[in-house]
Formats: sequence, C-alpha cells, structure tokens
Amino acid sequence: MNSQGNKRPWDRQQPGKSPSLSGYRVALAGNPNTGKSTLFNALTGMRQHTGNWPGKTVLHAEGRYLHNGETYTVIDLPGTYSLFSNSADEEVARDHIVFDQPDVTVVVLDATALERNLNLALQVLEMSDHVVLCVNLMDEAKRKGIQINSGKLSDKLGVPVIKTAAREGEGLEELKQVIARMAQGKITTRPYRLRYDEKLETKIAELEPEVRRVFGNRLPSRWIALRLLDGDAGLAKALRNRLGKEEVDQSGTTDGSPYPVEA
Amino acid sequence: MGQPMDPLIQSKRNHLDSLIARSRQLGDASARDDIVARVYQTTRSICEDVVHYQDKERLFRTEKLDRVLTSPIWGYPIMLAMLGVIFWLTIAGANAPSEMLAQLFGWLEGYLTLTFQALHAPDWLHGLLVLGLYRGISWVVSVMLPPMAIFFPIFGLLENFGYLPRVAFNMDRLFKGSGGHGKQSLTMAMGFGCNAAAILSTRIIESPRERMLAILTNNFVPCNGRWPTLILLSSLFMAAGIADGMQTFVTAAVVMGMVLFGIVVTLTVSWGLSKTALRGVPTHYTLELPPYRKPKFWNTILRATLDKSLYVLKRAVIVAAPAGVITWILANTPAGDVSALEQVVAFLDPFARALGLDGFILMAFILGLPANEIVLPILLMGYLSTGAMTEVEDMAALKQIFLDHGWTWLTALNMMLFSLLHYPCGTTLINIYKETKSPKWTFLSFAIPTGIAIGVTFIVTQTVRALGLL
Repeated sequence: MNSQGNKRPWDRQQPGKSPSLSGYRVALAGNPNTGKSTLFNALTGMRQHTGNWPGKTVLHAEGRYLHNGETYTVIDLPGTYSLFSNSADEEVARDHIVFDQPDVTVVVLDATALERNLNLALQVLEMSDHVVLCVNLMDEAKRKGIQINSGKLSDKLGVPVIKTAAREGEGLEELKQVIARMAQGKITTRPYRLRYDEKLETKIAELEPEVRRVFGNRLPSRWIALRLLDGDAGLAKALRNRLGKEEVDQSGTTDGSPYPVEA
Repeated sequence: MGQPMDPLIQSKRNHLDSLIARSRQLGDASARDDIVARVYQTTRSICEDVVHYQDKERLFRTEKLDRVLTSPIWGYPIMLAMLGVIFWLTIAGANAPSEMLAQLFGWLEGYLTLTFQALHAPDWLHGLLVLGLYRGISWVVSVMLPPMAIFFPIFGLLENFGYLPRVAFNMDRLFKGSGGHGKQSLTMAMGFGCNAAAILSTRIIESPRERMLAILTNNFVPCNGRWPTLILLSSLFMAAGIADGMQTFVTAAVVMGMVLFGIVVTLTVSWGLSKTALRGVPTHYTLELPPYRKPKFWNTILRATLDKSLYVLKRAVIVAAPAGVITWILANTPAGDVSALEQVVAFLDPFARALGLDGFILMAFILGLPANEIVLPILLMGYLSTGAMTEVEDMAALKQIFLDHGWTWLTALNMMLFSLLHYPCGTTLINIYKETKSPKWTFLSFAIPTGIAIGVTFIVTQTVRALGLL
C-alpha cells in the first residue's frame, strides 16, 4: 500500500503549457475504447497512439486546432466508465471537468453501446452546462444495423448531439461548428439532471446552499452535494486542496475565468 | 500548508469541513444504490426511445469469434501460435534487408575513408568518426531497423484489431494465481513497445498494491530497445549448425522462449512479492472486450513504422553517438600500460566472467543505462576500438567480431538473459520514481531485476561449466 500517499502526481504534468489567453479549451471525455484518441487525432492532426483496447490513454494529451480563426485546445482525458473517482484516471478526468472547467466538454459515446455509454454522459451533464454529446463509431453502428435518432436524444438530454465516424472523418466539421458555437456562448443548453428519490433530494436541498456559500456559483453545487452525500472522500480532499489555491489565484476577481489551468 | 492562513480562507475552510462532516451524517449506503439505479433506469428508457436495431443477430458476431479466441482450450495455443508467427515473420523477413543495409553502409564507408584521406584528416579523427562512430551506428541501423519495421506494424495491426484485451482475458487466471491484477498483462503488452511508457499505463490498475506489482515486474518484458539484441544474438549463435531451412524457426523459438521466460519470471516475482512485501488478495475488475475492428491497414503500418521504428532508431543513434565517442576516447586514452577502456574492462572482467559475460559486455550494460538501444552499439564500438577492425560487410562479419572476442553460444545466451532481466533503463526508472514518489520502490525496481539477472546468468554459467557442456 505504499503508493497510497501520492494520489495524483500526474494530473499537472505539463508545466508551462498554460492556455493561450484567447482560444478555447475543449475536453474529450468518454468510456474507454470509444475512439476518443482517434477523434483527438482527427481534430488536432496529432498522432496520439491509438489502439483497440480500453485504458490506452492514461495521460491526458493536449493538442490544438484552428477553426474560423480561433484556437481550440483539445484535452484528451483518460477513458473512464464513471466519474465516481475509483481510480487515478477517473480523478484526472473528474477534476478536469469540475475544476479546470473547459469551455466545452465533449462526451464521446460508442454508438454500438449507447446505453452503457450514456451512464457517463449523465454524470457529466450533472457536472457542467457546456456539454456536447458526440455519438462516435457510427460507421460500426451502421454495419451492425443500429439506428440512432440523434434529434430525439438531443431533445431528451438538452444538449447538442452530433453523430461522427472519426476514423472516416465523418461529422467532424459539424462537431467543430457546434463546439465553436457553444464555446462562444451561442448555444443555450438545459442539461438533463437526474432526479433522485425524495429522501436523497431533501438531503441535497439541505447541503446545496452550504456548498454555494463556500464556492459561490463557480462549482456545480448540486453535483458536489450529491457526491459528498455518496461519501466521495477523494472529492472532499480535492475540494479542500482547491480552496487554499483558489483564493490566492483569484485575487479579487470573481468573474472571467476563475479556474485557469494551473501552471 | 505550514504558512499562516488568510482569515477568509480559514473561515471558508471551516465551512467546508463542517459541510463535509454534515454530509457524512446525512449520507448512507442507500444513496449510492439510488444514484446507480436512477442512472441505469434513465439510460435504459432513453435508449428504448432513441436506438433502433434492424437485426439483433448481427450484434453477436464478435461473441462468436471470442468463443474461440478466449476459449479455455484454444485460448493459449492460439496466443502462443500468434506470438510465434510474429517472431518468425520478423526474423525471416529481417534477414535480407539487414544484409543489404550492412552492405550499403560498408560500401559508403569506403567513400567516407577516401574523403578523409583526400582531406588529409588526421588518423585519430578518422578513427573516432568513421571506425568508432560510423561503424557503430551502421551496425545498429542494419541490425535494428528491419526487425522493428516488421514487428511493430504486425503488433500494431493486432492491437487495432482488438486482440490485446483477449490476451488479458486469457492471462487473467495466471495473474490472479500470482496475486497480481489481470490488467497487468495489458501493461506488459505496452512493455513490448517501451517499458517507460508501460509504467505510465499501469495507472489503469486501481489497486495501489497490484499497480506496484505491475511496475516492479514490467521490465521483464523486452522493450523495443532489447528486441534487436535478442533477435540478433539468437540468430547469430543459437541457430548455428542447424540446417538452413530450420534456422529461422529455431531463432524464433529461442526468442519466444526468452519472452516466455520473462513471463515466468514476472509471475514468480509477482507471486513472491504478494506473499511478502506486497501482501494482499487481487481485487476485482471489469475488463471490456471491445468489438473486433478491421484495422486501417496502411495507416497502422505507416504509423508503426514512422512513429515507433524511427523513434527508437533516432533515440539509439542520438544516445549512441556520444556514448560511442566516450567509448572511443576511453579506448584511446592511455592509463598506465593500457588504455583507460581496457582498465575498466579488466576491472569488470572477473565478475563478468562468473556470469558468463565479459568485461566489455558488462561495461556496455552499465554505459547503456540511459537507453537499452545503445547497449549493442557500445559493445560493438568497444570491441572495434581494440583493434578488431572488422568492416561492416555482412552478418558473418558481425559474428566474427564476437568470435574474435571469445564468444560462444553461452556468452550469447547469457547476454540475452541479462538483457531480458537486468535493471530498467534510466527513463523507466525516472518514470517509476515519478509514479511512486518513493525512493525505496524505485530502488527496488532497480535492485530486484538486477539481482535476478545476476543470479540467473550465474547459475546458468556455472551449471553449463560444471556439466561440461562447453
């Protein structure tokens, strides 16, 4: 149990790679093996190692692309089945979405296993308003005779849904456009938020204002309340760490970008 | 944390602490059940509405193939056969291009030497640049490039096809038996490419104990820096005296034997550690078997060749160049009656002999700490610098260099074993330290393999000598 005391030595791997002041940050989240790295490569023109096995991307990789004169920095998060912080890579992904708050979080879904993949999507929708769902591997789904009604899915979940086949380059342009519009605040979302049973909801209602008292509106208070009620010790620790740093970083400004990626 | 705290932060921190304490009171185990149940109900009902299947039969093709590839009876034989075929293809295919490259470099060397003569360059410069550096690098390129250019693309195709998780599935029982984690075999598969990268890939293992096992044993999988050594030595020495048609086959079998031996050592060390320093029971985990996907053939081959092979080669040449210069300078700096190099070699020699190696080989391994790719080049440069000026002509000439220095099949076997088992390269050690943040475990990840490498080569050598096999 000797590696226990050093939970996340890697989540700030790249000092000096602070985001450009202009430019938007886009995070790719998703289950393992949904083609995130392929999508990442297709967007950025980079050559992250891709392979057909889950758990291949453990570091988060960063790359850039230009779209209509704007720079977009893409972060390829490790593939995870959930964000309940069971493992190091889930914590990396969770912390990035909640604390670093990318301008857009793209949840990459495997079209051939949509039901399982939506588990993660629902969790991300509780954490952020700026979410695009990318139903990838459409080529494979077509071959297997699976049809997906993306319009309906978008209606139900309250965020844009784009179908892609990243390996073939299909749907990428549309995805980039939606990312751009969302990053520029031109898309209003109403992300689907799960309702729990009465008992749990009462508890959430009690805790949520307290969360807001500490963190203001900068962090997703309902989600934090829920995670704490679920006894998420890793998150409690991350929040504590966050608090000290945040006040120092912030130096009086409450709006703008309160959660810059740390150098 | 030790600094005086801003009162505002302090008050927020108190708030947060009481908030967390309150959440602990309120929360109970039923929360998780409710959350998970709600998530699953919702996704199910959404999908009922959104997803439409034309033909459910078509969904199960992957399962049919998996029934064979991961079957308790056929799983292992198929795995071994695939491994064997990959090695065979690599070795059979690499022979001719290696010869051709060697001839090309030999031909070029003639012109280089002529140029040096035409410029009236001093002898030492010609010695340093052409006889030391150029020849060393020529050998590396001719020996390393062809096998890598074959092995990595094939491996990449299998990877993109989706076979690796099946390997993990098959090996699961073995790892569980040794107290390790089933995903350890995935990190081992990464190790075939590069151990330093594989150390990072151990993050897919949740349990710190099992992750540490995977880190400590990853080195027993030969990385791309060591493949060429294994392939070259087994083809030069292990298959000698065997009928022509069978040579490739024997070479492949020896290399495969090395890999299997590495796996046996991995399992044994994992087992030993989980009974002692890293005691515990394996945790449960989910392993997804992704659908088989037809790899993008040319894309995979191009990527594997460009990214992997050239990367490794670049690293070998860049690190080998300064090492070659150091070797040459050592060989040409007098220290007493002999050169500094010979002093060092003579110092290492007695110990190395006990392991069935020689002082040069041990020195190459020591100087090769930064990268395994350079062990062979340094060794060659060491040998070349002491007068055995073998021109780069063909593989027979290469073998002659070794024979001139008293090599036998036992030397080759021991060098292969030492290469397979010894300490990880510098980059890997740095990554291990970064990941574990523990000097103790970093040291152990150096000491355990080294101890095993010394022990195994010693036992092999002494046994062979005692039995009079040589």
